[in-house]
Amino acid sequence: MSEWWTYRPVDLLMFAPRTYWRLFELHNETLWPLQLATTLAGMALGLGLMRGSTRALRAGAAGLALCWALVAWAFLWRRYAPIQPVAAVFAIAFGVQALGLLALSAAHDLRGTGQRVRRGSGLALLAWALLAHPLLALATGRPLAQAELFGLAPDPTVIASLGLLLCAQAGTRVTRALLWTLRLLALAWCLVSAATLWTMGSPQGWVPLAAAALTLGGLWRRPHRRAGARVKAP
Amino acid sequence: MDTPSAFSPGRRRWLAGAAMATGLPAWAGRALAQPVQAPQTRPIPSSGEALPVVGLGSWITFNVGNDPVARDACAEVVRAFFAEGGRLIDSSPMYGSSQPTIGHALAKLRHPAALFSAEKVWVGDAARGAGQMAASRAFWGLQRFDLMQVHNLLAWQEHLPRLLEMKAAGRLRYVGITTSHGRRHAELERILRTQPIDFVQLSHSLLDREAEQRLLPLARERRIAVIVNRPFRQGDLLDQLRRHPLPGWAREIGCDGWAQVALKFVVSHPAVTCAIPATSQLTHLRQNMGAARGPMPDAALRARMARDVAAL
Repeated sequence: MSEWWTYRPVDLLMFAPRTYWRLFELHNETLWPLQLATTLAGMALGLGLMRGSTRALRAGAAGLALCWALVAWAFLWRRYAPIQPVAAVFAIAFGVQALGLLALSAAHDLRGTGQRVRRGSGLALLAWALLAHPLLALATGRPLAQAELFGLAPDPTVIASLGLLLCAQAGTRVTRALLWTLRLLALAWCLVSAATLWTMGSPQGWVPLAAAALTLGGLWRRPHRRAGARVKAP
Repeated sequence: MDTPSAFSPGRRRWLAGAAMATGLPAWAGRALAQPVQAPQTRPIPSSGEALPVVGLGSWITFNVGNDPVARDACAEVVRAFFAEGGRLIDSSPMYGSSQPTIGHALAKLRHPAALFSAEKVWVGDAARGAGQMAASRAFWGLQRFDLMQVHNLLAWQEHLPRLLEMKAAGRLRYVGITTSHGRRHAELERILRTQPIDFVQLSHSLLDREAEQRLLPLARERRIAVIVNRPFRQGDLLDQLRRHPLPGWAREIGCDGWAQVALKFVVSHPAVTCAIPATSQLTHLRQNMGAARGPMPDAALRARMARDVAAL
């Protein structure tokens, strides 16, 4: 496209907001009653992470890998790509993330973080994705049938994944690199989603951005003070 | 001011009977039985073929994916469009699922003979143009398009000769080129001056009047039909205007809403052949088609309309 810099984001929006939200309604209808299973599995994951269980972390990563693969195929590829061709690229990225999460679940050095703030942030994100995110449909004047649900819709799945990835840490450089790659991919989706929602005029655009901010806040490590730094000079 | 003709009573009865015989919904039969005025038309300069001054665009509104309910709703809009005397439907491979949505509607309506199909080729590699046009024909369910346009001037130097060859071979009826958002007007002007095209598509509205300076007079001089896109600025113009009451002159030209004001402003320009507002709502479709009927503003009123709207 020539002179692409002169286009506003809204000029590139190819679909009407009602078409976008209908995607979730049709998606939920097609996959019912899988919603119950994914929500229950998400709650079990939350309980396991609260207890700091490494087994829950591994099972959660494997379960989320399935969720990302499902979202990639059933939502992004089959539903979203027909109205937004770029979604085919998103679907491939989600597939890559699914493979990465599967690899993470098998990493021998994966363990829960010892930092309380980080774990708290992770659990808060998971709780939001499971319990609060679906209610955004009602809060923004849409029917509950159009709710975005954990494990089936991109945003709550990504937010829950950020929660799990905050709760995790690794002992080796390779697994640490994998963890960071997975976090970055999930954060990138948050930006894509926020841009899409804002372009549609939806106030919901703040949600993925807030999730990204909470993740980055949770990962922030204060620099170590050098010994004696507090000692005042005579 | 043109005085539009009405369908004859005999034709109305025939249409109502045809609606019943073909299983159209009851409302369609009733609508057809009403005295529907035929829309005003303009001739395509290169052939003299008459086109109604309001067509149907498909950007965003017909991109509804695999949603069967929304596809059927779009089919009803297309049905109403033909019932109102419309002909030209415009789409592009760039418009997501709009092409299959149009194809679904046309199949449901058994391919109305009145259709004037306007498509675009939109690919940087001209060698892939033929394949893209074949895919577009398959989506629409057509053997050939009436009009094929080079979308947004993309690779026009390569596409145009091929399209003109297709026209010479009878595989197209008309060839055109498009731009939107007021972009690349200088290059468009060069094309209008040098290329033997039948149509040009560009953006023009109450608040986007740059085309009036050079492009519209040039198109008229070169006997090139003009299709106007974005007459409502993708809805922004109507959002901006709807909080203001209609001026007195709007009633003088038979407008009962801002959409008709915006459309009559565009299609009353002597160089314009038709405008292609997009909608997925029946009420909006009927309002839009209403702009193709009744008195049209003359040059003095057009100037006043633009001045008054700019001052709001």
